[in-house]
Amino acid sequence: MMSFLSSSDFWFLVGTSLAKTIFLIFLVVLPMVSYTVYAERRVSAAMQDRSGPNRVGFPISLLGFKKDFSPFLGGLGQPVADAVKFLLKEDFVPGHVNKPYFWLAPCLAMIPSIVVLAAIPFGSTFLGVDMVVANLNVGILYIFAISSVGVYGIVLAGWSSNSKYPFLGGIRSTSQMISYELGLGFSAVPVLLIAGSTSLTKITQYQVDHGWLLLPFTAGMPGLREILLWIPVVIAFVTFTICMFAETNRLPFDLPESETELVAGYHTEYSSMKFALFFLGEYTAMIAGSSLIVVLFLGGWNFPFIPDGSAGWFWGLVNISVFFGKVAVLLFFFIWVRWTLPRFRYDQLMKLGWLYIFEIALVNVFLTAGILAFTK
Amino acid sequence: MVKDYLPVLLQVLVAIGFAAAALIVSVILGKTGKRNPTKDSAYECGMKPEGPSQPRFSVKFYVVAMLFILFDIEIVFMYPWAVVYREFLVAHGAQIFWSMLSFVSVLTVGYVYAVMKGALDWKN
Repeated sequence: MMSFLSSSDFWFLVGTSLAKTIFLIFLVVLPMVSYTVYAERRVSAAMQDRSGPNRVGFPISLLGFKKDFSPFLGGLGQPVADAVKFLLKEDFVPGHVNKPYFWLAPCLAMIPSIVVLAAIPFGSTFLGVDMVVANLNVGILYIFAISSVGVYGIVLAGWSSNSKYPFLGGIRSTSQMISYELGLGFSAVPVLLIAGSTSLTKITQYQVDHGWLLLPFTAGMPGLREILLWIPVVIAFVTFTICMFAETNRLPFDLPESETELVAGYHTEYSSMKFALFFLGEYTAMIAGSSLIVVLFLGGWNFPFIPDGSAGWFWGLVNISVFFGKVAVLLFFFIWVRWTLPRFRYDQLMKLGWLYIFEIALVNVFLTAGILAFTK
Repeated sequence: MVKDYLPVLLQVLVAIGFAAAALIVSVILGKTGKRNPTKDSAYECGMKPEGPSQPRFSVKFYVVAMLFILFDIEIVFMYPWAVVYREFLVAHGAQIFWSMLSFVSVLTVGYVYAVMKGALDWKN
């Protein structure tokens, strides 16, 4: 072990993982978060026949250019302007809060959703390096374990604010997130049964060889067994996606911050960058959730007729783009649902989670296992 | 082991660094306004805060938390079973299917009991 720590392999590992981490967080996920917010505003505006943010460009006339730069639809500078505004606003800590936990909560809401991304294979290989930050053999368990830590951020925010609305929002949110974690856990089991591994890289590789779980014909004509297995996979996909909506507190499950009852829920007392961290955490969790759906059901970075990274660096880049393209489609789906469905009532939410999703997912596990055991 | 989890550690450090840097920059750059008692009070739609700030809440939330722990452990038992399932089928036949079914049906009795007792009924 000591020889490993001092060897050049060690520094190669540190260097490549740092490069991958920084590429993933700062060049892909955070820009994606800001432009998801922008897309959310534009899409909702289009759905409600408004225009949405379409003015802010990039003020390059300050640098001596003749005109400001405002490409495509306009408003592309909006996320940057928002970020600057978050930094410049007053960072107000009200006197009635429990200070250490009040500061800790936004970090705890933000950090787990970034750390979760480490186990997700977002590409095949690029110049011979695996495009996954940490190739863990317990990938799914790692993701579920770390993402549940995010609940603490919300609980602490609600409790340390010492105020009624955040308190109620925090309690509701905890209860909702742990309830839907069961459905999430059970819906992933059929995938593990079929792929026979908890490593996300191996699950992706299985789908490269045998076709995406949700679209088995991507690797040639499926046999009778594959067609039979397709039924529980579709059920698992639906329950998994519904639970993911609940886990990320998106409509129709945004009870923790239902504006009409609780103002803003657990982050009512937060302002400035601390509020922005909750916001970032929520959208990063959305991206992590979509990535997990892509890896488990939609074939990860694989696309028919596109070779993997061993065919050259160009194809490595194409694989990465395919992966995030799939994620972007799912994000659009998240936004679409948000502006289509109304919010559940709390008793309906609990009933859906505990009575329907839980039971369907549990029976589905045995349906998959039965098909695997009793068909040839 | 070190090889697998060192990148995770780096990712954690980068995430913590990002969160801390964002908060510190906002403290440095952000405006600071005057404080007054109204601004310092808990937000209740502009009214003066009334009653305890952390009111009593329904015992149902505790019941949900307990049931969660019970069934979450069930899921954790299911994962290793799922991973070895196909290899076991080839080697020893369908026995593995029936053993997990019997294990889950025992827990299902508990689930049915909780439902019958109304532990998951939020209407009342």
